[in-house]
Amino acid sequence: MEQIALLVAATLNSGTVLAFAALGLLINERSGIVNLGAEGTMLVAAIAGFATAVHTGNDWLAFGAGAMAGAALAAAFGVLVIWLNTNQYATGLALSLFGAGFSAFVGIGYTQEKLGEQHAFRIPGLADLPFVGPAFFRQHPMVYLAIALTIAIAWFLYRSRAGLVLRAVGESPESAHALGYPVRRIRLAAVVVGGALCGVAGAYISVVYTHLWVEGMTAGKGWIALALTTFATWRPARVLLGAYLFGGVTMLQLQLQGQGVQVSTQFLTMLPYLATIVVLVLISRNATFIRVNMPASMGKPFFPQ
Amino acid sequence: MLRLEARPEPSRAMSMASPLIALAITVVIGTVLFLLLGKDPLRGLAVFFVEPLRGAYALTELAVKATPLLLVALGLAVCFRSNVWNIGAEGQFILGAIAASGVAMQATATTGGWFFVPVLLAGVVGGMAWAAIVALLRDRFNANEILVSLMLVYVAEQLLNYLVYGPWKDPQGYNFPQTITFLKATQVPRLFSGFRVNVGAVVALVAVAAFWVLLFRTYAGFQLQVGGLAPAAARYAGFSSRKALWTALLVSGGTAGLAGGLEVAGPLGQLTPHVPAGYGFAAIIVAFVGRLHPVGIVFSAILMSMFYIGGELAQSRLGLPKSLTGVFQGLLLFTLLGCDTLIAYRLRWGRRATTTAAPPALDDALLSPVVASSALPAREET
Amino acid sequence: MLRLELVDISKSYPAVKANDRVSLRVAPGQIHAVLGENGAGKSTLMKIIYGAVRPDAGEIRWNGERVEIGSPAEARALGISMVYQHFSLFDTLTAAENVWLGLDKSLALAEVVARIREVAGVYGLEVDPLRPVHTLSVGERQRVEIVRALMTAPKLLILDEPTSVLTPQAVQTLFVTLRKLAEEGCSILYISHKLDEIRALCHHCTVLRGGKVTGEVDPTQETNASLSRLMIGAEPPQLQHRASAPGDLVLGVRDLSLPKADPFGTALEGISFDVRAGEIVGIAGVSGNGQQELVAAISGEDRRAPRGSIQLFGRDVARASPRSRRRAGLHFVPEERLGRGAVPTLSLAQNTLLTRTHAVAAGGWLRTREIESLAASLIERFHVKAGGPGSAAKSLSGGNLQKFIVGREIDAEPKLLVVSQPTWGVDVGAAAQIRGELLALRDRGSAVLVVSEELDELFEICDRLLVMAGGRVSPSVPTAEATVERVGEWMSGLWSARAQAGHAEA
Repeated sequence: MEQIALLVAATLNSGTVLAFAALGLLINERSGIVNLGAEGTMLVAAIAGFATAVHTGNDWLAFGAGAMAGAALAAAFGVLVIWLNTNQYATGLALSLFGAGFSAFVGIGYTQEKLGEQHAFRIPGLADLPFVGPAFFRQHPMVYLAIALTIAIAWFLYRSRAGLVLRAVGESPESAHALGYPVRRIRLAAVVVGGALCGVAGAYISVVYTHLWVEGMTAGKGWIALALTTFATWRPARVLLGAYLFGGVTMLQLQLQGQGVQVSTQFLTMLPYLATIVVLVLISRNATFIRVNMPASMGKPFFPQ
Repeated sequence: MLRLEARPEPSRAMSMASPLIALAITVVIGTVLFLLLGKDPLRGLAVFFVEPLRGAYALTELAVKATPLLLVALGLAVCFRSNVWNIGAEGQFILGAIAASGVAMQATATTGGWFFVPVLLAGVVGGMAWAAIVALLRDRFNANEILVSLMLVYVAEQLLNYLVYGPWKDPQGYNFPQTITFLKATQVPRLFSGFRVNVGAVVALVAVAAFWVLLFRTYAGFQLQVGGLAPAAARYAGFSSRKALWTALLVSGGTAGLAGGLEVAGPLGQLTPHVPAGYGFAAIIVAFVGRLHPVGIVFSAILMSMFYIGGELAQSRLGLPKSLTGVFQGLLLFTLLGCDTLIAYRLRWGRRATTTAAPPALDDALLSPVVASSALPAREET
Repeated sequence: MLRLELVDISKSYPAVKANDRVSLRVAPGQIHAVLGENGAGKSTLMKIIYGAVRPDAGEIRWNGERVEIGSPAEARALGISMVYQHFSLFDTLTAAENVWLGLDKSLALAEVVARIREVAGVYGLEVDPLRPVHTLSVGERQRVEIVRALMTAPKLLILDEPTSVLTPQAVQTLFVTLRKLAEEGCSILYISHKLDEIRALCHHCTVLRGGKVTGEVDPTQETNASLSRLMIGAEPPQLQHRASAPGDLVLGVRDLSLPKADPFGTALEGISFDVRAGEIVGIAGVSGNGQQELVAAISGEDRRAPRGSIQLFGRDVARASPRSRRRAGLHFVPEERLGRGAVPTLSLAQNTLLTRTHAVAAGGWLRTREIESLAASLIERFHVKAGGPGSAAKSLSGGNLQKFIVGREIDAEPKLLVVSQPTWGVDVGAAAQIRGELLALRDRGSAVLVVSEELDELFEICDRLLVMAGGRVSPSVPTAEATVERVGEWMSGLWSARAQAGHAEA
């Protein structure tokens, strides 16, 4: 029982990274922009957050630094893709490659650092409940923030006028432009917010999840987050669910390794990536379903007339 | 204020100048970086751009590094021109290396010097097989090839680790994760004694010619390009998008696998976890900087090799981190994409008009829902 | 006092002067037509009035006062509302949400729903606010657009080619709505190139040609000929339509039913008709009734048709690829030029390779000189104004590109030529030339199938007509016996089964 509770807790923890990143990408993609630079953004944010935590000892400043790093990179990406109409896929890739190199470069001095003592978080009262206590209520505040964010984004998209405008822009920027909406500025805002959230995810990895900095530490989480948005057909609640699912797979794999299961560790390490492929295949099979749910303008260039 | 104005026709001159401008900007940023790191920028630039060209040995080392980049990038150029986004060339490279190693390890003391040929062929097949998975999943299940090919990179890395830590570990290797050193018979013959450059460089150059012919002088190449530029036109013409998908992926998987095989049967001589050196990703940059054109790719491959070698030299001589290479490479692509805008647009000073982008066609009616083709910059056949 | 006055408005683009000192005077409550062919500058002028584009020179006066209209929002604030030719609607949202997005005031969505029902009722426009737009027909979508415009209580309503998507009956209903609006004091700018409509509806008309105003007239006092002279500088070109003697059966469509490929498309149901050698058969119908799907099935872009449902010279081609259909003599001109009929960034020479492959040697080698000479000969034979075989397709004007594409297919001497919207967005001169070429092709013994939304065009060149509605096809009728009213009824799907049995194929 204790084991399962800990597994659940670990899943929530691990899934939160993907949740923040995928929610950010969701906002991005709802406006019609695909940002393949998520992986690189998360890496840069991870080192930014880690460095900030090392120097200031304050987790929240670290998250802020990560968010700003993510936002800055996303802004550069956004200007290129939205105003100069560069190819979204190529530009996003450039960002990822740059981010990988840049973060490794900047992070050289930090590979030996370790963050100080982490306090154990607990919600008073709830944390002592049997099973649910250790499973759900002893998490870092960011975990709860992720859940709150999901609800907020869902409300924003489906119940607010601003969200409707965003969805409209993602579906047909030409029509939105004809109606007089500042399509490019809206898209830039979406991209920057998305980048900031990816940044938060990156900072979370280095500051909370591992308390370390290692080159390339995101190990593909940015790409998995991209797959998640498709898997969740661009709906916030499904994104969160998917994030926890993947977090679960990752945790399971670590558990199995720890228990000396008779499969080579490498095959277990492959699990999350194989799972991503399987999930993509399952969800993509119905092309019509995807087309109906996908923001129609995703990936396509927009030229205001 | 500065604004962009559409050109009536894309500028051919800019198409060639843009990579050079991008390079210049990268150099400027590099200079700033060197200054920030407290190093002499001139020495820094020399290490990247002059040292790698000094002397016969340096040039052959350049060729050694450029060969795999060139091969992978050629395949990727075909892929990207077809609008198939194979990002997992690194994984195909690894599988090529694995397959080649598997065959190489079958050699015995009596095997003849021709054995490197099946070794390399195995590399090609290995890369193709790995890419075929991507093609299959996209063909049958509509799964996005970017994500699938990328996930397969991570899977390939684990597979490699498994083999060199496990069943393929050299029993006499002091428990290091590496295979046996391959016998001389399996090794790709060198071109000149004393230098590491091998037949692979020749193969790469032949490939350049072959790919140029394929892309620009054959109907198959035409079909691939139309598929990438205007998918609706390809459907109208009756070009099979399925054929294009498989061709693009198998070709790029094959070249990546060949590159992997060359690395392992050439300079490295054995399979280790360090075989994947990021060539699969760097080749993406090589492909774009080379304008997705076989001849341009030759130059950009040489340029990227200079970055690699420069990075190593910078580390040994200037104490700079090797990851600087990655920074420059990423920066180059980034600035290139920005500069490419100048092909379709002009910079102008002046008041902002409400319309900025493509000038309207002479018919006022919006020419009907134009299928937005992949927005790679306009390319004309050479 | 004039509601809207444009004084000497000019606007230039890099390659063309779209508006050259244009003046326009619109009185309150006046239905004012802006007449001109494609390329005359109408759309640019409207964009200037609507604030999407800034003029290079000239003044705009609103109710006597000089104004600068910097954006569509400012135009709306003044009371100017626009219904676009190509709707700016969002398919996945409901009609109410679409309207909501078009309003500046912050009304709650529920209020908007109520107001839509109100406005729709007053003007006789049937609109269900809660249906998602992708379920609406084209005519219904236009109504949503109009309701959206009306909800802003406009003082000036601009309509850009509103009737291209309407059946003749629906056009009359629209006119009733517009007249009511005008009576209430709203001015209407009616952009069109359809002479009959302008003469029937409008009080006043400004004619544009080549960016300049060539006349300001009262259309009720003019004839089609005089308006045409102002519009294109000459009488409408007369085409030689010789009587046809249809020969062998070329295309046989037999009970073609096809489910939708696209969730937002139209399914085909039980379509049957013939096309014979030496005749031109026209398919009329408002867009969105399955024409695109039918044409894709015939051209081979969609290969799901049931076996035997499409026959060429008696041979089943329902599952054949476009290339094998071309080998059998079936050529096709699609409605989209750039992106489908031609690749925009490739040269004219390269674009010939899409459908003409004789220059491809065995093994796939491209004979570039032959390809270029084919393009050069097409350019010459069909009077295409282009830089040369090496010019990029997108550098040509719409009319010239269409001439090239139609020419490319005609030059192949097809046994059956299928053309979709042959003169859409094309200037009058090129349109006449294209129609002439189609007639000439038919006179040489080929079968031609034309799908078009322009009834006038179909009446001009076709020997027989069919109407497509809701994925089904009406019985065919010889053009000489068809009337606009009958065709209009059929466009709403109102042909009876008895009539269908009675009208045996010619």
